Amino acid sequence: MSLVAVTYTSREEIEVSKFGALASIGVPLLAVVLQAMVPLRFGFLLIFDLPMLVAIFFGVARRSQVAGLLTGAAIGLLQDTLTHQPIGLFGIAKTVVGYLASSIGVRVDVENPGSRLLMTAAFYLVHQFTYFLLARNVLGQPLEWLWTRNLMAAVANGLLAILLFSLLNRLKRPA
Amino acid sequence: MENLFARYRNATILILVIFAQVVALAVQVKRPAENGSPRLIRVWAVTAITPLEKAITSSGGWVRGLWTNYIYLRGVREQNRTLRRELERLRIEQVRLSEDANQARRLQALLAFKQQFVSETVATQVIGSSGSDQSRVLYIDKGANSGLKPDMAVITSEGIVGKVLRVFPSSAQVLLINDPSSGVGAILENTRLQGILQGTAAGELMLRYIMTDETVKPGERILASGGDRIFPKGFPIGTVAQVNPGSDLFLNIRVKPAANLGRLEEVLVIARMAEGAPEPAQAAAPVRAVDILAQRLPGVPPKPPAETKQGNASKPPPAAPSQAPSQIVPQSPSTQTSPRAAPPPAASSPAGEETSSNRNRAKPQDGKPQDTGEAAAPSSNPRSQTAPASQSPQPPEDLPR
Repeated sequence: MSLVAVTYTSREEIEVSKFGALASIGVPLLAVVLQAMVPLRFGFLLIFDLPMLVAIFFGVARRSQVAGLLTGAAIGLLQDTLTHQPIGLFGIAKTVVGYLASSIGVRVDVENPGSRLLMTAAFYLVHQFTYFLLARNVLGQPLEWLWTRNLMAAVANGLLAILLFSLLNRLKRPA
Repeated sequence: MENLFARYRNATILILVIFAQVVALAVQVKRPAENGSPRLIRVWAVTAITPLEKAITSSGGWVRGLWTNYIYLRGVREQNRTLRRELERLRIEQVRLSEDANQARRLQALLAFKQQFVSETVATQVIGSSGSDQSRVLYIDKGANSGLKPDMAVITSEGIVGKVLRVFPSSAQVLLINDPSSGVGAILENTRLQGILQGTAAGELMLRYIMTDETVKPGERILASGGDRIFPKGFPIGTVAQVNPGSDLFLNIRVKPAANLGRLEEVLVIARMAEGAPEPAQAAAPVRAVDILAQRLPGVPPKPPAETKQGNASKPPPAAPSQAPSQIVPQSPSTQTSPRAAPPPAASSPAGEETSSNRNRAKPQDGKPQDTGEAAAPSSNPRSQTAPASQSPQPPEDLPR
């Protein structure tokens, strides 16, 4: 039925990771800075959402819903400050993603590359849809939901997540 | 109740955090920041992030400079040769254009035409962006400390880029013209149709509000109309890429921007745009006595140069006509040069200096202006602007030439 190995585990089997202060602050900050700078030279890279991937990673690794949603909110709000729009759009979208990521991390084995790809792609769509709803209904922006573009971006972010999570795993400290 | 909260603690916190952000969002929508001043949280965040961006940008620039200045020098000799040829061609064209510009200024002055011109620009480097395709903004490395203010136009040599939206102490946020919330007054170069240029969610540029019964062809240039009081009139915006009939009364005109908005490194901020009539030296045209006399005495034949020289030396100058002094303005050196744009010597020539005799000399028989050799001569030698003494009567002694 399913093509990827998604293993249900008991709560006791799940490893909870911690991160140093430098990693907890530096990695999200670096993600936001890179997200702001890299598309200046390579415009097509705007399809990736590095801050969202970092929010997912910390949410999944910490496996605490409160920590996940607060990390997502902080990263999203920081990203909001760089835009010209009211602060809160990315904040709310990433709060939701951070909460869901930590919730999934509690129940599902997310170390498998296949499950990471699926999970990240799904979270990207949730993120974009939340943003779309808020921008359209709260701010009244004439946005259109572009299925093709969003699905392609979701897969691209999923693929990048496999690579990025394996790099960020090195920052983990066992609890 | 306490038990219930403990059971749904995480969900409750999620709802509270989201609710707080929605309320904050609603407050911002209801009460936008006054006078365009950014909110404090934005100032803190940008102040924290821009030093990192500046450091990365400058180190990247150093590496690029090392590559381009010392390593990658192949083809520079050939490029230099090509550029020299281009420079020669442009010099000739500049002379012709300066003549046209002078004529335009004189005509504008006659019509009491108010013109805008860029009087001060600030060169800045692009250090970052919003990182989101929903918000097309850039960050530049100069801000309020360099005199930048909101609503200043941002350009490159190719065309318009955007406008300054928010200003921080050492950086500024620039709204690109392809953002959906941006709007630029635009005019089509040939047809002179006016519309509004707006961005789309996909980052494209569209020219709106051109009626479907108008004819617009792809390739036509689009310029700033100046109606928005931000962008200098006549500055290039882009070219028409595609024209489709819209669903309503207006055409869907897709525009290719003149500036490469996807790869901006350095931009210019127009810090000051002055407005006024053309300079009196160029426009109000103090008329010299010799010209008035030359116009009123068309029958006076030109004297041979040799005689004129002798006449100048020996004969006293004739008396001025009675009605002339009210129109005669001494032509001091200060009136010959515009303090504004330091135009070439040809530009300093008052309109009245173009006598009937030298007008005939300046134009060939077919009526077209001579653009290379003959046009270059007057601009390279200011003395050649004045009519030769042999072709006009001598002014009185008390009237300086």
